[in-house]
Order: sequence, then structure tokens, then C-alpha cells
Amino acid sequence: MALTKEQIAQRIAKELKDGYYVNLGIGIPTLVANYIPSNIKVVLQSENGLLGMGPFPIAGEENPDLINAGKQTITTVPGSVFFDSAMSFGMIRAGKVDLTVLGAMEVSEEGDIANWKIPGKMVKGMGGAMDLVASAKNIIVAMMHTNPKGESKLLPQCTLPLTGKKCVKKIVSDLAVLDVVVNGFKLLERAPGVSVEEIKAKTAGKLIVEGEIPEIKI
Amino acid sequence: MKKIVVNADEAIKDIQDGAVLMLGGFGLCGIPENCIAALVKKGIKGLTCISNNAGVDDFGIGLMLKQKQVRKMISSYVGENAEFERQLLNGELEVELIPQGTLATRCMAAGYGMPAVFTPAGVGTEIADGKETRNFNGKEYLLEFAFDADFAIVKAWKGDSEGNLIYKETARNFNPLMAMAGKVTIAEVEELVPAGELNPNIIHTPGIYVHRIFQGENYEKRIEQRTVRKN
Repeated sequence: MALTKEQIAQRIAKELKDGYYVNLGIGIPTLVANYIPSNIKVVLQSENGLLGMGPFPIAGEENPDLINAGKQTITTVPGSVFFDSAMSFGMIRAGKVDLTVLGAMEVSEEGDIANWKIPGKMVKGMGGAMDLVASAKNIIVAMMHTNPKGESKLLPQCTLPLTGKKCVKKIVSDLAVLDVVVNGFKLLERAPGVSVEEIKAKTAGKLIVEGEIPEIKI
Repeated sequence: MKKIVVNADEAIKDIQDGAVLMLGGFGLCGIPENCIAALVKKGIKGLTCISNNAGVDDFGIGLMLKQKQVRKMISSYVGENAEFERQLLNGELEVELIPQGTLATRCMAAGYGMPAVFTPAGVGTEIADGKETRNFNGKEYLLEFAFDADFAIVKAWKGDSEGNLIYKETARNFNPLMAMAGKVTIAEVEELVPAGELNPNIIHTPGIYVHRIFQGENYEKRIEQRTVRKN
């Protein structure tokens, strides 16, 4: 069984460590916030100018001056701080943010990522993605292993315009957990009931399989 | 030196066709609503707008787009706007998309008197085409130039008669950066107080950067994505 989006987020949450400053992108990455283990403290950074992002507000307490990078109403946690956009990207560029989780349309076996533009379609913009991928110390991509047409999104080389080069370290897809290593995608874990053969068939880039591949534990 | 003006109409009265404007805000959060309404009323055209986003169809910069006042948008993300898309696909509007951190830093550079900065954002992508690069400590960076804007139009929470500004929560975003970057900076505030009433320790934008200030009215503060906790 392939993982659901919620389960992908749950698996990524296991990568979090106590004291991490984390930036979560829009989509599946946002869901990671729901699964932060209760025994560790993680500070969420929102690139529109907030450290210490909390959950969505209770109905009736929405504050138009308090939003996240997805323009959703949010709250803050004790110890939070606001700053301007230059400082926000300053802390990202300076490597102060420990982990960035974001979605992707394609990832190459060299760790290149494409997630902002499809030629021929209306281009909405890269937002903060190019800044994040160019500077983050550690980038995990949360995505489906294949696109809606069933084509692999893990490729020898990206076909879409790049967001950044050689930056993705890890991928958690609906089928597998993989590290991006020097010579390809290294398979670490597989979704429960999903075979290595299926993952191999759905990975267009080079897949490295060494020894027994355990199932993902949620 | 009198910085206080009566309203948005007076604050923007000398903005002409073809001006390059910076407009603060992230999405619809912290946008200069009063000045945008005054610009729409004044009807000036051919504007270049530097702003992280382009509003929605019927609010924010979207109101100026609807009146075809904008010739060019310089933004990091322009979704959520059907009229924008229509004008872009018809060739009526020019758009330059740049990474959000680069946008912020190019404002900051202008405000700090630096002609350009090096940033790694976009290295190896199409936005690096034609840009000067330089290698520092084994990593490649792009040379990005400070913005040159005729007017910066920002929204703050509180301001005083000296032009000092304090922003609220995430409505700060690009506002302090743009406030520093305009040749002429116009600030609209929710509450305008006499000099001495703001604590100097917590002022975000020193008044030296601000040329005109007024207390805005009827803030709608529209929420773009209203999200609440389940249960």
C-alpha cells in the first residue's frame, strides 16, 4: 500500500530532531507540523517573517495580520518572533534553518529539483523556493513517486526548468524513502507491501538497492 | 519639516504615469490599502510595481490591474489572480519573476546604499541567464542589483509625526525594506501619534527613511486563506 499524504508527513516528522529550526513548504510539507513528536521541541519558520509558528486559529480568532507563507491564518507559540523578509531569507541563506521540507515536480539523481514552472502553463512564480533550496543545510522532498500519468518523478535529469541544483538530500514519496547520494537514489525504506521491483520500475533515475530494504514504519 | 499629509490622495499626488513603485505586503497582509485606492482613483497608467504578489482580482494590486494601470509587475509569486493571467497571456502586461529572498535583498541593498549583492538563489536555473556570477569559498553566487524605485508605498501599524514606524505581526514582511528603498517613501498607518509617544527602543523603521505619513482609514484587511483548527 502506497503511503497517503498524511503518512508521508508522518514519516518525515521522524527526521525531526530536538532544537531544529524547520521551514515547511506548502502542501504535504505543511502536514508535517501535525506529527512533531511530543518529546522534542521544533521551531517552525515561516518565510514571510515568523519563527515560532503555531497551529491554525480557533474559528473566530483569525487575525488578518498573522499569516503563514501559504497566506493561511495561523497562530504563534510562546517565544515566537516576527521579522522582515530580508532577515527571514538572511537566516535561511546563512544556514540557520536546519531543515527545509518542500514538494517537487521532479528530482534528479544528482539532487536537482524542479518545482516552479511548467513550460506552456501560466507561471505563478518561484516564491521563496529558489532561496530555500540554494541555501538550506538539509532538504527533504515530500512528493508522489509518479505524476498523475504514472511517469516517474525521480529522473536521471530533470526535464522541467530547475529551481535549484544538487540540493535535495532525501526524498519521502508515497512508495519509498530514498537518500540522494553521489551516484543515484539510494533506497532506504519501502512503503508497506510495496516491492523493491515496483519502486525500481517507477524510478527512472538510477536506483541503488543494497541488502534487505525494510518497510516504512509509521 | 512636515511629514504628515492629510490622506492618501495628498500622499500620492505627484506620482505620474510610468512611475516605478514599490508596494509593501505579503499576499493581502500588510498592503497599503488606502494608497492603492487613491492610485486607482487617480487613474495613472504605465506603472511598474515591485511587490511580492499582485493581489487578487478585486483587492490589493488586483484593483490597479483591473484598471490596466500596471505595465510591469516585479514579484516572486503572482497566483490567485485571473485578470493578471488574462493580461499576461494577452501580452498586455510584463512580468519579471524573481526569488522572494532576492526581492527582499534587492530592496534592502537600496536602503543600505549598496549597489548590488551576491546571492546563491537561482544559481544553475534560468533566472541566472545573463547574470554575472562569482565563486566564494567554492560556492557560486549571482550578482543582483539594488532596486531603483521612484516611490515606496508601505503600510505600518503605528507611526509618529517624525515618520518613525512600527509594524504588526507578519504584516511587517517587505514593508520596512521598501520603506528604506524608495526615493520618496509614503507610509500609511493605522494609528498616527505625536512624536515621543512611540518607544524609541521598538521602532522598526527610523523616520529618516519616511517622507510622507498619514493615518489611513477603513482598513478591510481581507484574509486570503481563512484557515481554522478542526474540532
